Amino acid sequence: MPPVSRGFHRKRAAAPADRIPPGQYLTRDFPVLSAGPTPRTALSRWTFSIEGGHEPKSWTWEEFRALPSEQLTTDIHCVTRWSKLDTTWEGVSLDVLLEGMEHDAPYALAFSDGGYTTNVPVADLLGGQAWVVFGYGGGPLGAEHGGPARLLVPHLYFWKSAKWVRGIRLLDRDQPGFWENYGYNMYGDPWREQRYAGD
Amino acid sequence: MAGTAVRGRLSTWQTATVAAVSSETARTRTLRLEVAERAGPGAFQHRAGQHVDVRLTADDGYQAERAYSIASAPGEPLAITVERVDDGEVSSWLTQEARPGDLMEVRGPIGGYFVWESAFGGPLLLAAGGSGIVPLRAMLRERARAGSDVPVRLLYSSRSWADVIYASELDFPAEGVRVIHTLTRSQPPAWTGYARRVDQPMLAEVAWPAASASAGGGGGPLAYVCGPTSFVETVAAGLVALGYPPGRVRTERFGGTG
Repeated sequence: MPPVSRGFHRKRAAAPADRIPPGQYLTRDFPVLSAGPTPRTALSRWTFSIEGGHEPKSWTWEEFRALPSEQLTTDIHCVTRWSKLDTTWEGVSLDVLLEGMEHDAPYALAFSDGGYTTNVPVADLLGGQAWVVFGYGGGPLGAEHGGPARLLVPHLYFWKSAKWVRGIRLLDRDQPGFWENYGYNMYGDPWREQRYAGD
Repeated sequence: MAGTAVRGRLSTWQTATVAAVSSETARTRTLRLEVAERAGPGAFQHRAGQHVDVRLTADDGYQAERAYSIASAPGEPLAITVERVDDGEVSSWLTQEARPGDLMEVRGPIGGYFVWESAFGGPLLLAAGGSGIVPLRAMLRERARAGSDVPVRLLYSSRSWADVIYASELDFPAEGVRVIHTLTRSQPPAWTGYARRVDQPMLAEVAWPAASASAGGGGGPLAYVCGPTSFVETVAAGLVALGYPPGRVRTERFGGTG
C-alpha cells in the first residue's frame, strides 16, 4: 500500500476512466513541451520523405497537400500527465503515405526539423492509427505545436507524435529516438503507463 | 541535439518524507524531502536540471501525480520548489498542507537533456520566467558545488519583487554570476532595472554575444530557458535570431501542471 499523504483529497471531478489513462489528469489547455527553439522552415523548402524502403519517396509541400486528407477527432495523452479530449485535426493518413511502398521493415524512426527523432513500430503507423497533420482545431497547425506538420499517433504518449516532422526512416531494428535515449519508454502505451524505460 | 544518453530501467516509486518546508513567496514553497533509498545502490542521484515525479495518495485511495523540477544541486538534500496553481490539487497540498513528517512518493530523477554539469562549460545564459527559475537554481548551486568558474548571466522575469523566488540567494550571487531581473507588472520605488516582458532588445543587451561561440572554441555560450510557453518561445527564438545555434539553446516549458 502506498503511504497516505495526510490531508490530501481529491479536488477535481472524477475523470472518465475509459478516456483518461492511469496517472493522467484532464486539461483544457494545450501545453507545449519542446527541448529547443521552435524551428521555422519555409514551405518552399519543406519536404516529407520516407527513407529506407526499396524505393524512397518524397513529397514537396504542394504534393503533400494534394494527397487525400481527412479530419479526425481524438484524445491525446502527454507523458507529463495531461490528457486532452476530443482534439480535432486534419492530415494525411500514414496508410496513404506508405501505400504501395515495398518494404518489410518492422520499425520506423520519425525525424524532424531541429534534430528531434522518435521511434514507432510500423504496425502502429498503419490501419488508421497515425497521420501527418497540418491542421488543428479548424485552422492551420501553429509552429509551437509542431506546424507546418507533425506526426499524430494518438494511441501512444504524445512525445511519439513528433512535431515539425520531415520524414520517416524504415528500419529493420528498433532504434531509440531523442527522448527514448534519455530514459523514456521505447513504445509508450499510456493505458499501460509505459512512461519510462522498463515500464 | 546531442547529450549524454542515459538508458536503463528507472527505479519505481519510493516513499519520501517531508523533512522541512520554507516559504519562498506567497505562492511558492520549497520542500526538502528524505527518500529512504537515497543512500543505497540505485539511489536518488540526480543531475542539475532534472525533475521528479510526485505521487500523493488520499485516505480513500485516490492518487494524483505531477512532475516538479528539482531545486537542489546533486549531492545536496533533495528539494523541490512548488508554485501553487489555483485549482491544482497536488500543488495546493504541497504549498499549503504539507508539513515535516508527512509522506508522499517520488519517482526519478527524470529527464536528461535539460541538465548542466561543469564539464559542459559555458559561458552560461540562464533565462527564467516565474517558477522556471527552479531547475536553473539547481544549476547555479551545482556550479558552486563543483567549484566551476564558468561565467553565468541569469535573466529572471517575475511579475513583481514579491514574486521573486530565491530572492535572498540571488541577491548575493557567487563570483562570476550576474543576475539581471525584469519585473513585468509592478516595481519597487526607485527600481532601475528592467520593467517589461523579455524582448529582443533586452536579450541583445543581456545575452552573451553568440560570436564568442567560435572564438571560445568550446562550443560557445550555452543557454537554458525555462518558463511559460510564451516566455520560452520569445527567448529561444530571440537567441536564435542573435546567432545562437539551436542546439545550444535548451528549453523546458511549464504547462498546465496543477
